[in-house]
Amino acid sequence: MTGGEKGNRFVLPAMALLSLVTFYPVVYVVYLSLQRRLVIFDIAEFVGVDNYLFLIQDARFWNALKNTAYFTVLSVSLELLLGLGIALLLNRSFRFRGLARAVVLVPWAIPTVVSAKMWEWMYNPDYGILNYLLGAKINWLGDPFTAIHAAVLMDVWKTVPFAVILLTAGLQIIPQEIMRAARIDGASPCQAFRRITLPLLAPVILVVLIFRTLDAFRVFDSIYVLTGGGPANTTETLSIYAYRVLFQTLQFGYGSALSVVVFLCTGSMSLLYIKMLTRGGR
Amino acid sequence: MAEITFKGVRKHFGDVPVVRGLDLVIRDGEFFTFVGPSGCGKSTILNLIAGLEEATEGGIYFDGEPIAPLSPKDRDVAMVFQSYALYPHMTVYENIAFPLRMKKMKRDAVDEEVRRAADMLGLVSLLDRKPGELSGGQRQRVALGRAIVRKPRVFLMDEPLSNLDARLRVEMRAELKKLHLRLGITTVYVTHDQAEALGLSDRLAVLHRGVIRQCAAPSEVYAEPADTFVAGFIGSPPINLLPGTIREGGEPAVLCNGMTLCPPVKLPPPGGRVTVGIRPEDITVSSPMGEGGAEITVTLLEEAGHFTWVDFRWNGADMKGTAARDANLKADGKGRMSFSPESVHLFDADSGRRI
Amino acid sequence: MTRRVPFYLLLALALAYSAGPFLWQAITSLKPEAELASLPPLLPLRPTVSHYVTVFTRYPFFRIISNSAVVAASTTALSLAVGSLCAFGLSKLRVFRKRLILALVLSVSMFPPIATVSPLFIVIRALGLRDTLFALIVIYTTFSLPLSIWALTNFFDSVPDEIFRAARIDGCGPFQSFYRIMLPLSAPALFSTAILVFIFSWNEFLFALTFTSTAASRTIPVAIALFPGLHEIPWGDIAAASVTVTAPLVMLVIAFQRRIVEGLTSGAVKG
Repeated sequence: MTGGEKGNRFVLPAMALLSLVTFYPVVYVVYLSLQRRLVIFDIAEFVGVDNYLFLIQDARFWNALKNTAYFTVLSVSLELLLGLGIALLLNRSFRFRGLARAVVLVPWAIPTVVSAKMWEWMYNPDYGILNYLLGAKINWLGDPFTAIHAAVLMDVWKTVPFAVILLTAGLQIIPQEIMRAARIDGASPCQAFRRITLPLLAPVILVVLIFRTLDAFRVFDSIYVLTGGGPANTTETLSIYAYRVLFQTLQFGYGSALSVVVFLCTGSMSLLYIKMLTRGGR
Repeated sequence: MAEITFKGVRKHFGDVPVVRGLDLVIRDGEFFTFVGPSGCGKSTILNLIAGLEEATEGGIYFDGEPIAPLSPKDRDVAMVFQSYALYPHMTVYENIAFPLRMKKMKRDAVDEEVRRAADMLGLVSLLDRKPGELSGGQRQRVALGRAIVRKPRVFLMDEPLSNLDARLRVEMRAELKKLHLRLGITTVYVTHDQAEALGLSDRLAVLHRGVIRQCAAPSEVYAEPADTFVAGFIGSPPINLLPGTIREGGEPAVLCNGMTLCPPVKLPPPGGRVTVGIRPEDITVSSPMGEGGAEITVTLLEEAGHFTWVDFRWNGADMKGTAARDANLKADGKGRMSFSPESVHLFDADSGRRI
Repeated sequence: MTRRVPFYLLLALALAYSAGPFLWQAITSLKPEAELASLPPLLPLRPTVSHYVTVFTRYPFFRIISNSAVVAASTTALSLAVGSLCAFGLSKLRVFRKRLILALVLSVSMFPPIATVSPLFIVIRALGLRDTLFALIVIYTTFSLPLSIWALTNFFDSVPDEIFRAARIDGCGPFQSFYRIMLPLSAPALFSTAILVFIFSWNEFLFALTFTSTAASRTIPVAIALFPGLHEIPWGDIAAASVTVTAPLVMLVIAFQRRIVEGLTSGAVKG
């Protein structure tokens, strides 16, 4: 601090915006979830926890939760593995490394919606390049088993750059001398990676894990555009289900209850993560 | 220019007392130094004068006027920081001009003042450079320029030479002193380097844990340290301190490590415990062939140019002294050690106060 | 040299994986309608720009791009203004409950947008702000604030406090310290943050989909997701539109790769 000057005025605009546009709606959404509310018809009645009672018995909710969890676990672990591999590649020195890094970054900058459209075209069963390259006739988005994995594949492509960026930065702060010392001490490259690189990278891996799980768990736009939740709701995630209840069937009460559940899930995950971070770090 | 008065100034950070009761007058035009180890509260005192911190208790006065109501910019002080704190995005010219611009001074007047300051500090050829392109010594000059250009009532300097290498530090020390003689502005200087404090100040205050241990002219602090802390802090290498007792019976004298000393001061009653301090530069070690003094074992010799520092062991006590270049001593060899009784400092063993 | 062959192979694979889908989209956009339904050949036999012409003539694509540009540019400016002020307060001034504020800001970055979409819909509808870019700008600004505040607070923390003490003594009030000293000093960090916020608002879909209903008020992602097709999906037109809106981003990334990486990693790796 530079001394005793007060800075409350400086923080005020940001806090005002955050309160109005995020904190207030979060309180409001809980209130909405306790109502039967049809916005267009101006119907609003208090129903207590009815929406939540309904939710517990709602098979479609459990299906969406299962899809979301499956998508999250698979997608995040693949991202981490692939991200680590690419980060290790980019950590070597070679000509045009800057350009290579920029190219790897490209999917991150592409709008999610555009990337979903791109992949939808590549997944096209008749004219798609994927079937052409594989010499197969897979109905990627039409078959329940392949559809969720097609979504994972697209998400991994879109989000690997984020993992690569953080992991490369993490690799770069590992001093070269430590690696040289390990080699002199007789560690093979593999051992050096397992016993030195990985443990030193652990905090960064944790950060990637946190950001990506939270992101994957609230996934909406990529799958919404790619499959619309189909076929037969096999790719419907919690956010998509909530969105459809809200804006296709216009049940704001139940849709809000679903939103609250998403919020509680990510919220408890964040708390857990923050605990891990504060215990693991410094 | 101003006389600075501290009346019962205390400063706490939370529960931690940093300055505990400061009563002091810094005279108009004086070069005054606060010296002490890190964490003694010296920088906090500077920040209190500047208005960057508020005192928990007590008040500070410039020429009798309380400055508590004034914000830093209205106190008319200038400060030089350890890290120089130059504005990295501005040129040397803009850096020096900044305080004047903030006072809304006219462009022409600013230009004149900046050029005068730059001329005084030898910065004229560097005015268009950015701080990043300057050496440490040059940055230091720019920081000084930014301070003197506003002709403040008080200069505050927070370890301004600590980031310079040894040679430049000595050079800049002389330059600071010249600058002070030329401008005659009250200067409050903070350092942990006792040599700087001794060399620069008209008067200095030795601080320890937020309390002034001694406040006097450099020669007095060196010659008559008020307690064992001051004795140990001022002077380099540090003073030798040995336990002693007052002889019981006979002429009053101090028994110290098997030697009987009769320093020319009034001694405490017989049986009292004291601490005996002798500065290394007051101890002469000579070859074992000589006469007088005590027999010692040399442990280490360190050439210092025109003389030699000698680490030696005397009756189990490790001490330091000096020897002439041609003293013919060898490490692990024998030698003789002597000092004059006038050079002995005596302190009360319990309170540490000078006797 | 030969020992590096596997490395270059893997690298080529990684690059092809990253750039491939986008390149394929670019190739598709140049294929005439008849060639879209045949593979091989991979490359267009008779490349055409007709899809690009269609995108701009048959759809209100200029309008849509300008919507996105207005929203993204305003959001970036607002988010940086509000965010940098807040970051300066948090980093260099005395602020009531500083730690709590930082925790709140961080928690917002973990909010699922779906949890706020229903109440915001009701509020925006009640205020008559549906189909306005203003509503999107305010929402995007808020949701990008955690990013701005964290990235800038981290950067501001690295600027020594002594400079601001010097500025106070030289006569700067807190606001003058902010815009005369801190802002000029942080141009690189501001720029990195600006790119991130811009890309975020250029790409956002959920809110844009929810709060717009007319074709004229749509932003790019919504327009592409809801691309109208009569009988068949117009893949060539979609590809052309995708390439048109993505090309600027790809160039931004290639030109400012280093800055983007800095922005994304500030705090996450060091902190």
